[in-house]
Amino acid sequence: MNKKLLLAIALASTSISNISAQELSISFTNLTHGSHFTPLLFSAHTEDQHIFEINTPASTNLQAMAEGGVISGLLADLTALSADSVANPAEGLMAPGQSVNFKLSTQEINSKLSMTAMILPTNDGFVGLDSLSIPTEAGTYTYYLNGYDAGTEANDEIINGGGAPGAAGIPADPLGQNGTNASGVINSENNTHIHIHRGIIGDTDSTGGVSDLDSRIHRWLNPVARLIIEVK
Amino acid sequence: MIKFSSKVFLNSILTGSIMMALSACELAPEQEYSISITNLTHSQPLSPPVAMLHKKKFSFWSIGEEASEALEIMSEGGDGSGLLALKPQNPQYQGSVPLFPGESVEFTLNTNRDNLKNLSIAGMLVNTNDAFSGLNGIELLDLEEGQSSVYYTYTYDAGTEFNSELNGTIPGPADGGEGYNATRDDVTSVVTYHSGVVSADDNFTHSTLSSADKFDNPTLRIVVTAH
Repeated sequence: MNKKLLLAIALASTSISNISAQELSISFTNLTHGSHFTPLLFSAHTEDQHIFEINTPASTNLQAMAEGGVISGLLADLTALSADSVANPAEGLMAPGQSVNFKLSTQEINSKLSMTAMILPTNDGFVGLDSLSIPTEAGTYTYYLNGYDAGTEANDEIINGGGAPGAAGIPADPLGQNGTNASGVINSENNTHIHIHRGIIGDTDSTGGVSDLDSRIHRWLNPVARLIIEVK
Repeated sequence: MIKFSSKVFLNSILTGSIMMALSACELAPEQEYSISITNLTHSQPLSPPVAMLHKKKFSFWSIGEEASEALEIMSEGGDGSGLLALKPQNPQYQGSVPLFPGESVEFTLNTNRDNLKNLSIAGMLVNTNDAFSGLNGIELLDLEEGQSSVYYTYTYDAGTEFNSELNGTIPGPADGGEGYNATRDDVTSVVTYHSGVVSADDNFTHSTLSSADKFDNPTLRIVVTAH
């Protein structure tokens, strides 16, 4: 009897939320040739909310994402704001060329779509989307996303495992094509606001040089990702 | 309901005239598309471009998938004829000369079939190991007579040859080296976007390329007009 009642309540609440909900079919592709993406975070939210904004300082939780790929802080922020989120749909790192397909159900009030994921290997580079107006007419919509710099860490291009917020260096190169013992490209940066990433310098010296990244492998040209949204 | 539809089905099998009428319906009025390609790069000649109208499901390449042999041959050596040979009956165009920076080429493709209205175009950036640019099956069905669509194309990496930039590995005039080689030795073995070339002027002293060979997106402008 109780079980039946619970089922009835569950069905009722499902149908109520469906009245104002939109279910988006999302396809997301890493377009780069030599960079991985850390776990993706997609979120539909209200007009006055942002995961990040160009030309403003990164939040602490955005910094954790951009420097170490940690999205739990951002996800908690968004959940507290009644955003509709999908965390880590690709279940881990996304390799160059890899795509993932998933659904995102949104409440009507959450009319803006944002996403982030760290670009690895970088110091604090990330692929992002800030507050796209979610299309409401049926159709298939394609968007191309750029690489951003969180402005929280100098792009020294040294791979030393440093992924914690504030720790210098790059956590790792999932492609395993990095060098070692680099002296570092740069020690400090003037622009501490979020901006379009200027790209990787790199070098071809695998046992020294200024960078542990390979200029032939770890650079990219924008765009770095493709987003396809299907509205039914 | 069931009875009705099975009767229709039976009729259409028995009467050849209905079948003929159905296939005749697929023919639409002849549609001509004029296509203009402009090379936007500083000094990357584009190999003689190839273009084809095809069905929605067909493509020359897919991001995240390994290149076909025909795509590998085009993107490493500039010969796109193998891509056209994948669908020899389809409306197609084969350029006869490279498209140099700042130059444009114009040609037309005709079709009278509504299911052959996806357009693909490809050409190699010949001063690279395996970079190419083009269009991947864009839909022309909604392009009305007299209308034009303008596309700025991104640059792809075939994922079949490591971007070594070494002397003897690049077929274009910057090197005069080898084109197609069946060996696949790239660090990422699927089609992706291209990360650009480094060049000797950017501290990669062994590179056979110079700053003149660098490029950024977009690399081509393509204008399609329906007539």
